[in-house]
Amino acid sequence: MVPLSWYLILAAAIFCVGLFGVLARRNAVAIIMGIELMLNAVNLNLLAFWRYQNPADVAGQVFVIIVFAVAAAEAAVGLALIISIYRRRSTVIAEDVDLLKW
Amino acid sequence: MTPEQLLFLATGAFTLIASIMVVTSPRLVHGGLWLIAALAGTAVLFVLLENGFLAVVQVAIYIDAIAILIIIVVMLTRAVMKETDPQINRTWLLASLAALLLFGGLLAIIALLGPASRPALVQPEGGLDVLGKALVDVDGFILPFEIASVLLVAALIGAIVVARTPMRGEGGDWR
Repeated sequence: MVPLSWYLILAAAIFCVGLFGVLARRNAVAIIMGIELMLNAVNLNLLAFWRYQNPADVAGQVFVIIVFAVAAAEAAVGLALIISIYRRRSTVIAEDVDLLKW
Repeated sequence: MTPEQLLFLATGAFTLIASIMVVTSPRLVHGGLWLIAALAGTAVLFVLLENGFLAVVQVAIYIDAIAILIIIVVMLTRAVMKETDPQINRTWLLASLAALLLFGGLLAIIALLGPASRPALVQPEGGLDVLGKALVDVDGFILPFEIASVLLVAALIGAIVVARTPMRGEGGDWR
């Protein structure tokens, strides 16, 4: 039997790798990839808790389904924004989109 | 070491290595392919958690929709960043420090867990129908379901409007 803590440690590791990707990459699409990794780790965490605490309750699975829907919506809008920025500024480097910075 | 534990360790190692390759590969298309590998590894982990339905949903939504969309956008925005440009910005040291600190904090919290135990899986009578009915049940999860559908419609309309080709005569750039 796989202990619950193994799943949680794996999900924490994937989350931290995704966090590093979000904070340290220059390309905006690479940042979106890091965000998707973080959401993936969250789903793994939720499903592990569902299985190990109360598998008879359907609420854990509903939570995961809502997170799927939110992740898909956010990826679509984020990538549409990146395409729009690319059309106007001809760059996808996050540092160069600094019009609103001081 | 039971076979299930071995399978978990192999799949977990594969998913973790794929995630690290996503955030460190210098070519973005390779990063997109490694992302597909990481998402597939997570689908296998969902099967290990005895939820095959959500494993298929993971493959259908994350791999078939989101990862493909990411690779398409990488290919659409390819011309501006040569592969020899640095892909890591200059704050990468602080970023890795933050990630390591967060991992350490999460490990400390996970260590507080009690002894390992797993309840028997109780399949509800009616199988997947129970999940479907709970999603539209007035006493169930109808509200998050409807909010998620409104969110998806808003995201759909927003994405179309934002990524539309600018029509002739519309405002150009603000440089």
